[in-house]
Amino acid sequence: MRSLLLPEFTISRSDSCDRCRACEHQCSFGVHTYDASQDMMISDNYRCAGCQRCAVFCPKGAIEIRPTPSFYRPNASWSRERIEDIKRQAETGGVILTGCGSDKPFRIYWDHILLNASQVTNPSIDPLREPMELRTFLGSKPESLSLSDMEAGTDPVLTLETPMLFSAMSYGAISYNAFQALAIAASRSGTFFNTGEGGMPAEMRSQFKEHTIVQVASGRFGIDAEYLNSGAAVEIKIGQGAKPGIGGHLPGEKVSQHVAATRMIPEGTDAISPAPHHDIYSIEDLEMLISAIKEVTNYEKPVIVKVAAVHNISAIASGIVRAGADIIAIDGMRGGTGAAPKAIRDNVGIPIELAVSSVDRRLRDEGIRERCSIIAGGGIRCSADVVKAIALGADAVYIGTAALIAMGCTLCQRCYTGRCSWGICTQDPGLMRRLNVEEAAQRLVNLLSAWSHEIKEMLGGMGINAIESLRGNRDQLRGIGLHEWELDVLGIKGAGE
Amino acid sequence: MDELQMEIPCIRTFNESMIEIDASHMETRELNNLLREIMLCGYEKVVLRNVCGQRYIGTRLYSPQRRVMTIEIYGTPGNDLGAFLFGHRILVHGNAQDGVGNTMESGEIVINGRAGDVTGMSMRGGRIFVKGDVSYRAALHMKEHGLKKPVIVVGGTSQDFLGEYMAGGIVILLGLYRAHTARFIGSGMHGGAIYIRGEVGEEQVDSSVLISRPDESDMEILGDCISDFIERFPDLSLDMDYVLEGDWTKLSPRSSRPYGKLYA
Repeated sequence: MRSLLLPEFTISRSDSCDRCRACEHQCSFGVHTYDASQDMMISDNYRCAGCQRCAVFCPKGAIEIRPTPSFYRPNASWSRERIEDIKRQAETGGVILTGCGSDKPFRIYWDHILLNASQVTNPSIDPLREPMELRTFLGSKPESLSLSDMEAGTDPVLTLETPMLFSAMSYGAISYNAFQALAIAASRSGTFFNTGEGGMPAEMRSQFKEHTIVQVASGRFGIDAEYLNSGAAVEIKIGQGAKPGIGGHLPGEKVSQHVAATRMIPEGTDAISPAPHHDIYSIEDLEMLISAIKEVTNYEKPVIVKVAAVHNISAIASGIVRAGADIIAIDGMRGGTGAAPKAIRDNVGIPIELAVSSVDRRLRDEGIRERCSIIAGGGIRCSADVVKAIALGADAVYIGTAALIAMGCTLCQRCYTGRCSWGICTQDPGLMRRLNVEEAAQRLVNLLSAWSHEIKEMLGGMGINAIESLRGNRDQLRGIGLHEWELDVLGIKGAGE
Repeated sequence: MDELQMEIPCIRTFNESMIEIDASHMETRELNNLLREIMLCGYEKVVLRNVCGQRYIGTRLYSPQRRVMTIEIYGTPGNDLGAFLFGHRILVHGNAQDGVGNTMESGEIVINGRAGDVTGMSMRGGRIFVKGDVSYRAALHMKEHGLKKPVIVVGGTSQDFLGEYMAGGIVILLGLYRAHTARFIGSGMHGGAIYIRGEVGEEQVDSSVLISRPDESDMEILGDCISDFIERFPDLSLDMDYVLEGDWTKLSPRSSRPYGKLYA
């Protein structure tokens, strides 16, 4: 069937093009070809994903890629996206897939929250001269401590040198090189990366053991007792911000020999993660899986339960804490994905800002906040977002999309095709080689170090010298341009109040 | 052999390689603590008496040295018996509850009775033998890789959703005691094989499943698994030929990519 869609992008090439064919080599979607008869490069706009790989790698800077200027008759109800989605579905009869976090203009609350700074009445602190403490401990904390029971010890905790961890991204969804870069960066930065549900390649286990969070999801891929004991913590994934309530299908073509061995499934078959864990239908069942995991890891590792931010998240979180989770990870609706139905990604869930605040307050109200740490993820874009998340009640944050961007991702949203031209979200050996592990790891380390410096500056400005003192410290936040109900959910005052 | 704290009152008898425990009044964690200690001391066999609902028996027994032992259970173990099991052998004289062999890696579980829901869920190696029936959704999301091929042999039948999302391994229902009434068998199945002895109607089986007669190589697999089943339950006095000559149906996935065409 002939496609009736317009191209998404228009490619223009200036006269400085000397037909070196770098663009043809760089494009993984087959946009550029060389026409020998005319001695010129030609481009197929229809294939372009807008990833900008060719533009960055053109030695002459001759290529420019823009959203295509052609449009349908303007119509407030029927935007171009609505029209084209219908056309695409009429042509295929399929569910529309997409990658990355939602690009829809939901209110980004971070941008409506302002931070405080000390002026006269209490001094600000200069982080260049004074020690600033970003070290964070995640896990269940005792209600009280006395000198007599100091020897009894406490529950296992994770120690982070900076309150940021890399979110779960599985080997299979991302390339081996990207996976390794995250592991290396986490260990150099004194934090953790998360295996996602694709298992942990055996050859990486001993080197990165102290900086790995291993994940257990509904597909139970690559899971055995050895895997569960090969990290510092175990995360049970119930939900993901980009696709709450649904499972995932890693398509057979991404299940290469090594991916298959790591996931412990046959090569080339779909890796299907069902929507629910089929042994978890209640909080009591969740308690059972948490306990089974604590048993198999000999009570030596904290257990994280990751859920998507949805309506009633605070009641859900309360149940999770009571089920025995040591850490709860909440993933907001702007969280990324390698593949999700667009209808789900753009319509299900709530923003992390609202979720983390309401969960923190609910757990405090119920007197169980110390039993569980909170990791907020899904939509953390900069160091200020980290500071605001912690002031709203998080203990630490997960960063996923930001880490991908640090490695070169341009959010072209074609992760699900497996053709990532930046070598991040692909299993194609040729594409994967484009990502230099050492360089990608360095970019990630630099990002964490830069954000850590900025966090220290912001803390110092507030007159705070330890990240512990910022947690749930909503006094340092003021809302701007927000409704009363929004201020209420966030638990903050309006600017000027 | 390391020294075990022998003043533990629940220990009834012990010798060089075997130890017997009275599990009555023991909490789950307490029992599993003890089992771990027993394993690390190097015992090869432990007998548990008066087990009543204690969960995760066998789960704590992972050791990097890959030690294995035999656990014989009298009574009724609780949920998740042998969850994540790593090479051990568990023998139950009685019924088991839900989650037997949940995500088990290797080893063997023998149930001299019936087993509950999600028996062998996400199992990826080892074998489970159940003398009686299994409940709903047995062999859910079972999977295999290379030489690791899990096997479940059930003397009786199962409830609905047997082999749901099954991605590998072998399930055998011998149908020794009553007709198969399960529905939605193999929904979402994309790997492995289910063999059923006795009549199964097309309406009981999900559309993602191909129904066929077992061929010679299938009968060879069946022969091996069934002879092991017979050996484990001598009191049934089963005749191998009688079982093999029954009316057998093979269920296998139509595609290893059931949702390949779902997306635009």
